[in-house]
Amino acid sequence: MTLDAFPSHRPARITAVDWSQLAPEEGMRLRALGIDEGAMVEIAHRGVFAGKDPIALTIGRMTVALRRSHARAMSVEAVQ
Amino acid sequence: MSRIRTAALVGNPNAGKSALFNALTGARQKIANYPGVTVERHAGRMLLPSGEPVELVDLPGSYGFDATSPDEEVTRKVVFGEFPGEAQPEVLIVVIDASNIEQHLVFAQEVIELGRPTVVALNMVDLAERDGLVLDPTALEQALGVPVISTVAVRRRGLTELVQAIADAEGRVEADPEDHPRPHITLPERRLAAHNIARGAILSETAQHRIHAKMDRLLLHPWFGPPILFALLFVMFQAVFAWADPLGGMLEDATTALIDLAKEYLPASFLRDLLTEGVLSGVGSVVVFLPQIVILFAFILIMEATGYMARAAFIMDRLMAYVGLSGRSFIPLLSSFACAIPGIMATRSIADPKDRLTTILIAPLMTCSARLPVYAVIIGAFIPARNVGWGVGLQGLVLFGLYVAGIIGAMAAALVLRRSVTKGGASGFIMELPKYQLPRLSDLLLGLWQRAWIFLRRAGTIIFTVTVVLWLLLSFPKAPLGESQLEYSVAGRLASGVEVVVRPIGFNHEMALALIPAMAAREVAVSALATTYAVDAPDEDAAAAALGDTLAGRWTLPTALAFLAWFVFAPQCLSTIAVTRRETNGWKWPMFMLGYLFAMAYAAAGATFWIATAAGL
Repeated sequence: MTLDAFPSHRPARITAVDWSQLAPEEGMRLRALGIDEGAMVEIAHRGVFAGKDPIALTIGRMTVALRRSHARAMSVEAVQ
Repeated sequence: MSRIRTAALVGNPNAGKSALFNALTGARQKIANYPGVTVERHAGRMLLPSGEPVELVDLPGSYGFDATSPDEEVTRKVVFGEFPGEAQPEVLIVVIDASNIEQHLVFAQEVIELGRPTVVALNMVDLAERDGLVLDPTALEQALGVPVISTVAVRRRGLTELVQAIADAEGRVEADPEDHPRPHITLPERRLAAHNIARGAILSETAQHRIHAKMDRLLLHPWFGPPILFALLFVMFQAVFAWADPLGGMLEDATTALIDLAKEYLPASFLRDLLTEGVLSGVGSVVVFLPQIVILFAFILIMEATGYMARAAFIMDRLMAYVGLSGRSFIPLLSSFACAIPGIMATRSIADPKDRLTTILIAPLMTCSARLPVYAVIIGAFIPARNVGWGVGLQGLVLFGLYVAGIIGAMAAALVLRRSVTKGGASGFIMELPKYQLPRLSDLLLGLWQRAWIFLRRAGTIIFTVTVVLWLLLSFPKAPLGESQLEYSVAGRLASGVEVVVRPIGFNHEMALALIPAMAAREVAVSALATTYAVDAPDEDAAAAALGDTLAGRWTLPTALAFLAWFVFAPQCLSTIAVTRRETNGWKWPMFMLGYLFAMAYAAAGATFWIATAAGL
């Protein structure tokens, strides 16, 4: 399952990221924020209006906003 | 031993570097609660305990030395000594947000690995403790191998210890060669290390930031979030009129009283006319809008300081995406409501060059505070101050409408630009949402005072100069009896040339005249009109009348509306053109900006005038 389809408020682990779907500097920025393979994340808020875009992601003690298109490049698994 | 000469503050965005810089140097750099407030280097002087001065450099926040945006590039260059005209800083002060230690330790390690004298400032420990996170600086110090000082920059806590640590820093790292870091550490390794170091330094941790989560649940709610944002902006524009009126009236009365005083005590002369018609009528007509400016900035500063601004960007992102921009452009655009110059500078935090260029080009469409005097005087003269129901004033509503017109114009322009001259891939939106903070009253008041001072200084310098020059051009040569001074003067003849162009969009001779000096700054349009009508006044009483009353008697409603529509778009600000030239490295884009904005202004004013005339207004 990719992150954009994952339910909100449930912890997830990023298992793989398809970096080719992202612009190089966007990938760099995401990695710098710790959003990378193995990271534990949780969708805190889904965006406004119809597209449910952008997404607010909780990672550690930080909240990061990103687009659905970024979340679509990330495969996740549920964590108990 | 050589002396320390320079030190630099580095760290993640929104760690509080500028707040620390202000506390250490006594400077008053802008601080706010969102990532990307500082976009260029600032230098200041701090004193060591020995009394020796050190040049302290404040740098834009960065997530690492692999720069992706122009502001991060500045940080990398300064730290590596590649910045032109800047010595490489001898001591690096890494600023870490204590409540987000794990994330901030990643870049901190990268800085420490450089092997240069380094000190870590563990900042905002008070907010971390409020969040239930208690840290052990000693454990952190052992793990990192450099001194760690707990600080609260905005409350000036831990500063003495930090200054002492900076003084002691030189030579310290070289003293422990066995601790010298291994080269070529990868990002995942650093992240793992950051995780372990953070675990080791956390003394106690309780459930985290529940207040933030609760506030976000409401403010970022898919259905409630956007109405809350729009309601807030709406209240802001209503307040600009409703709250400022009594104060503005007092300033207006004071100006009139000064003019009367000058007329009573000074003999009729060239100098008296210069003082009353030029300086007092002209500059005074702008200064009376100080309360409006202060109210507008109070709202903007509170939104910035609390952390709501980043949420506004989150809410707006989807709408920005429709026109090919991202929420990242929202903050520069919102800053442009204050003034397009800091707005254009703030685009440095946008990584994508095409995205950044588009934002620069549309920034002047955001209604800056310099337009406020123009709008306020016309609205005050032509729009009745009545209630349209539910306590909503018509004047505030029209002002809101003008702001909306600017925003729609900007979105339309972005849509076209992104499909033509700044064509490029869809831009993304990746942004850290900062924790909410209660702004400190003293910081807000300082920010307001700085803004008010800038406004008054502009009135005292640029507007004063332009108005006096205009008065001279209006007063000479003296018209022979029976001819209009306005038509006969140098300024009047110049305006006649412009009038040919603007006559079709409903502008009269005096408006054409006001447009020329208003090229320097938009507020000058108001002072120019005031001076023009004061010179042209048939008698002394008319000369002292408030500008609004004069306009209401002389202009038709379609003309007034066309003038408003013109100023929604017209790029009449030399400073904006200059800063665009600097930020885009050439004359190509500022010239393009001038061309397209004047075309839009002309079309909008023309359409407004002819539609209003056809509607029989």
